[in-house]
Amino acid sequence: MDLFEYQGKGFLGSFGVPVPAGKVATDADEAVAAAEELGFPAAVKAQVRVGGRGKAGGVRVAADAGEARAAAEAILGMDISGHLVERVWVEAAAEIAAEHYVSFTLDRAARAHLGLLSARGGVDIEAVAAEDPGAVARLHIDPVEGLTTDGCRGWIAAAGLSGPGARDLIELLGRLWVAYSEGDAELVEVNPLVVTAAGSLVALDAKVTLDDSAAYRHPDWDRYAATQEGDERERAARARGLQYVGLDGSVGIIANGAGLAMSTLDVVAQVGGRPANFLDIGGGAKAEVMAAALELVNADPEVAAILVNIFGGITRGEEVARGIVEALERVEITSPIVVRLDGTNAAEGRAILAGHESARLRSRPTMVEAARTAVELAAAATGEPAGAPVA
Amino acid sequence: MTILADETTRVVYQGLTGSQGRFYGLRNRAYGTQVVAGTHPTKGGTDVEGIPVFATVGEAVDATGANASCIFVPAPGVAPAVLEAAGAGIELVVVITEGVPTHDQARMHAALVHDFPGTRLLGPNCPGVISPGRTNIGITAGEIGRGGGPVGIVSRSGTLTYQALHELTQAGVGQTTCVGIGGDPVPGTTFVDCLALFEADPDTRVVLLIGEIGGSAEEEAAEYVAGMATPVVGYVAGVTAPPGRRMGHAGAIVSGTRGTARAKIDALEAAGVAVGRDPSEAARLVAETVASLT
Repeated sequence: MDLFEYQGKGFLGSFGVPVPAGKVATDADEAVAAAEELGFPAAVKAQVRVGGRGKAGGVRVAADAGEARAAAEAILGMDISGHLVERVWVEAAAEIAAEHYVSFTLDRAARAHLGLLSARGGVDIEAVAAEDPGAVARLHIDPVEGLTTDGCRGWIAAAGLSGPGARDLIELLGRLWVAYSEGDAELVEVNPLVVTAAGSLVALDAKVTLDDSAAYRHPDWDRYAATQEGDERERAARARGLQYVGLDGSVGIIANGAGLAMSTLDVVAQVGGRPANFLDIGGGAKAEVMAAALELVNADPEVAAILVNIFGGITRGEEVARGIVEALERVEITSPIVVRLDGTNAAEGRAILAGHESARLRSRPTMVEAARTAVELAAAATGEPAGAPVA
Repeated sequence: MTILADETTRVVYQGLTGSQGRFYGLRNRAYGTQVVAGTHPTKGGTDVEGIPVFATVGEAVDATGANASCIFVPAPGVAPAVLEAAGAGIELVVVITEGVPTHDQARMHAALVHDFPGTRLLGPNCPGVISPGRTNIGITAGEIGRGGGPVGIVSRSGTLTYQALHELTQAGVGQTTCVGIGGDPVPGTTFVDCLALFEADPDTRVVLLIGEIGGSAEEEAAEYVAGMATPVVGYVAGVTAPPGRRMGHAGAIVSGTRGTARAKIDALEAAGVAVGRDPSEAARLVAETVASLT
């Protein structure tokens, strides 16, 4: 789960990382009131979970109430790379003496955590790393030992940040590490980490991604979940606990397992169709989960045919079949359904489906045949010819 | 021969008394797996259809000589369960459970490396390991495999693993061992680990590697394959996945140039791997490679 900047700052702040005081505003009046309370100059910053906000004009510094109003009016409602700005974060503008970069994330290849630290913050860090790899100091961190003071000292020296402020920096890095590890984040990134004119360190931006799998031990994360955007379909899927990604084609996809779901998308494209979504109903999915998945996919107006591709391991075939039949009885599924069912208890599942075979429900023995039938049905329903198969 | 597990492997099921553990524990036993024990902290002394349940893995090992474990406990209990098994001297720990927090995975892996180098972890979030006709530890439907080799399978995706087993079996091609390493960010066992084991196994004469977008495990595998004598066939899911979107597995996040399906396919092909466009084509390529063996 990606957090908005203001949420990320609240998250880091709760671990003692210094962040600027600020307020969220959803309209210009609120933004002006916030700026007046915080004092001028004030920064008005678009809250979107996508990079490139500054370049798009989503960050402005206001010297007075009039400028704060103008900034909020300009930024609210802005479209930044397809993300609608619904909130701004208003904070006291910092007097900046230097800008650094720091992040913690997992290095999957090393199966260890990786800290990145650079004296060249405030800019596109990927570009810095590409043109001058030495400017970004890398520190691998053992997940059991954690970040040590000694490790930190060497890391700071490698980044060229030793000196009078090093003690404060070590303390801040320690807190940021705790936010990352104890806070169950997959990423914490501060760019820029600024040194103010008064010499103190402040996290002026915050990119935080939380590990959804750890939500069970962080009940306070519920407040972040409420503001997760995404399209209507993705919201509905989340409410049903389904792994869904909306796409723009006409063949609705339901599969079990992320790998098989991805592979199903690939095969649909290969036979000339366009997937409407990615939907993984997960392992051990019961009948009601399948019914909910069918309802969700059917509710997408672009969907003209639904391809159900199940290979049972922990998901049992008869549960899948029962879910399909139940969904057909419970709600009106307008698109024809093509099912490919194999694996655990597939024979039982196929026997259930055989009793309900119709123009609305067909079975196909293989993944490619099922994909081809679904693509043909979608093409017939939309009046568009199936596209050229992808090589 | 097989890798990781065979008919002599004696398995304790941590979580045998739960609904999933019971279903798959009994199914594995019916397949022929030596399901020698289960554990539950408060149900020691009971049994599940004749399989004795112990309070701890240590007791189970002492009483039954278990040398492998299969874990079905809920996600919050996985890391303690793995370390308990390792502490009891278990050599192979298979974690089926999904949804283990990433930081727990990283700590669990590092703790094994530091304190229990003799224990191999497979998973988490994996279907397990099956050596068809000999043993089945995990959730794979045993009837879709066919024993006798000569194909070894290693996969990051559970359902694509079943797909591959099924298609090879349909084509009359047997398998030595099929290993699902799981798609999570910190797998205990990697592609490279399994490729090395298959390379050393004289009965495995072709390897099928099934990858997916995210991370760089396939690229690392490609580097290793370049030095292998055993031919490798591949398949990578996610060619049409929109970049940067998350696709369900915590691991499947496209990052940089490494990580896309295209980059992975290119790396594998450059290492001499024949890569199928869909799972069926990959299975056909495996069957052709097997047929060409002298």
